[in-house]
Amino acid sequence: MEKRAIFGGWLVPYLLLVPQMVVVLFFFYWPAVQTVWQSFLLEDAFGLRTDFVWFDNYKDLASREYLQTIGRTVVFSTCVTVLSLSIALLLAIQADKSIKGAGVYKTLLIWPYAVAPAVAGVLWLFMFQPSLGVVARAMRNLGIPWNPMLNGNHALLLVILASVWKQISYNFLFFLAGLQAIPRAVHEAAAIDGASRTRRFWTVTFPLLAPTGFFLLTVNIVYAFFDTFGIIDAMTGGGPSKATETLVYSVFFQGRLGGNLGASAAQSVALMVIIVALTAVQFRFIERKVTY
Amino acid sequence: MAAVTLENVRKTYTGNVEAVRGVSLTIPNGSFTVLLGPSGCGKSTLLRMIAGLETITAGTCAIGDRIVNDIEPAERDIAMVFQNYALYPHMSVYDNMAYGLRNRRTPKDEIERRVAEAAKLLGIEEFLARKPRALSGGQRQRVAMGRAIVRDPQVFLFDEPLSNLDAKLRVSMRLEIRRLHNRLKATSIFVTHDQVEAMTLADQVVVMNGGQIEQVGAPTDVYRRPASKFVATFIGSPPMNLLPGKIVAPGQIEAGGGALAYDADAFDARVGAGVDIGIRAEDIVVGASGGMPFVHEFVEELGATRVIHGTVAGHPLEFVTPAAAELAAGNSLRVSAASPAAVHVFDPATGRSLRR
Repeated sequence: MEKRAIFGGWLVPYLLLVPQMVVVLFFFYWPAVQTVWQSFLLEDAFGLRTDFVWFDNYKDLASREYLQTIGRTVVFSTCVTVLSLSIALLLAIQADKSIKGAGVYKTLLIWPYAVAPAVAGVLWLFMFQPSLGVVARAMRNLGIPWNPMLNGNHALLLVILASVWKQISYNFLFFLAGLQAIPRAVHEAAAIDGASRTRRFWTVTFPLLAPTGFFLLTVNIVYAFFDTFGIIDAMTGGGPSKATETLVYSVFFQGRLGGNLGASAAQSVALMVIIVALTAVQFRFIERKVTY
Repeated sequence: MAAVTLENVRKTYTGNVEAVRGVSLTIPNGSFTVLLGPSGCGKSTLLRMIAGLETITAGTCAIGDRIVNDIEPAERDIAMVFQNYALYPHMSVYDNMAYGLRNRRTPKDEIERRVAEAAKLLGIEEFLARKPRALSGGQRQRVAMGRAIVRDPQVFLFDEPLSNLDAKLRVSMRLEIRRLHNRLKATSIFVTHDQVEAMTLADQVVVMNGGQIEQVGAPTDVYRRPASKFVATFIGSPPMNLLPGKIVAPGQIEAGGGALAYDADAFDARVGAGVDIGIRAEDIVVGASGGMPFVHEFVEELGATRVIHGTVAGHPLEFVTPAAAELAAGNSLRVSAASPAAVHVFDPATGRSLRR
């Protein structure tokens, strides 16, 4: 069957494209171009004058402080991605077994996904705030030093945990769907073929989950880079002394709080380049090893 | 190779659903045994219990002289071919076949030799480097069989392996499986709901119904001497005609408004008892005097033969005639059994054959 529609003349097809193009243009390209343009400008402290400064804003990115932020973001994103993927996979494998109350178990696991990032941040803060938090008090009673308000490492650990918790549901859902898409007979064939449980997982289940895993890897990296903003903002505001400031938070801090739109825009462009490069690398090197 | 012995095997699922209710069966060494029955009769469950994929609720299952109830599938030395092939989609055909051997730490050159041998036997040598998704249904089924063959197991288990293939391919694969069995002489257990598959493949047919065995025997046995009404109607196409009747004298039955002769030595039936009689469609002849009046309904043309459908005293009856035979029109036909030996007598209450 011919699925392509053939239009006479050139006007109709272009007219049909217009709504989509308008949306893309106004909501994606225009802001992107604005950002790039902004990144070449410098405003004075009173907002009276704007100068075109070429790459000065980008040159400032080479500062020690910004490189530290990049390093911190890499640590943060790696931890969030690895932890949320592996914990979700573990939970999905457990949920895939036919156990009693599997339905309740699944529902409870999917729940956190419905919690808004800022709310998730506040929830975790309530638990771990040194003077109010239930868990924080318990830790103090056990003699474990804990103060995310002052200790940067504690704070970073806290935002990582909260971000992981938030993302597990999403990963869990996809992993579970992926696991359930593997026919039972394939597992049975492997069992008869003499593969131990562990070996069955690594030689059959894991490779068959690879497409799901690859998709989730991409999504999780983007999540860790961008969508954790709400959690960080609600919990630590990037502090103490920038200990939890990731690249996206730095963009916000510079632009919104610092009023330095040029620097903020330059960071934003840099962040975009990093993400594009990361995704390209994933598709180039990891996707090849995935059989769909 | 080994015999498989089941003793009073039961399977009860949670909620007291009894899938298999006490099956005792011996599958002789080297035989091709087919478990035949309608869906839900417990035949697949029985096979899966032999494979170790389902636990055995009660009774024992032995492969050779080893009771395998608590032994893992991998340790039972069996190979299984699944209905939907169950190939590992991410592995090449070669790796699919080598997987089981690698798990058992077979030396590499031995694996290569065995896979090459099996591939040659099945005619899939040229596909060894391909992934299963690049193969047709028949080729995939061959790979699944190759995966079983390379292992050289004690017992081959087949779980409806042909039902996903189209009709033509099914026939040729059926022949191929039989040819393979003649060559390898391995004990094979084959589950199917297709009576033609059972008749053509089996040395021994096990007809199952409602979680129990109805009859065990050679294909000709279950066809010619069905042990119950269920077997009589399940095997054969069209199914055996059943009519209520009454024994009027030794060797004489009254049924469908006519008189029929049966072999009184073969069946243990009291005079005066109500019975169900069975006659195969090809054993019915037309025109005998004293036969049963037949009300003609319609004709199914099959080319070489035709199947005549109608009723006798309100009970449906069908019979086969050569295509050339002309039937007298109208309702004046009388039908009868071709010979006394063609009449089967069943107990109407239990459904069992009254054969001595």
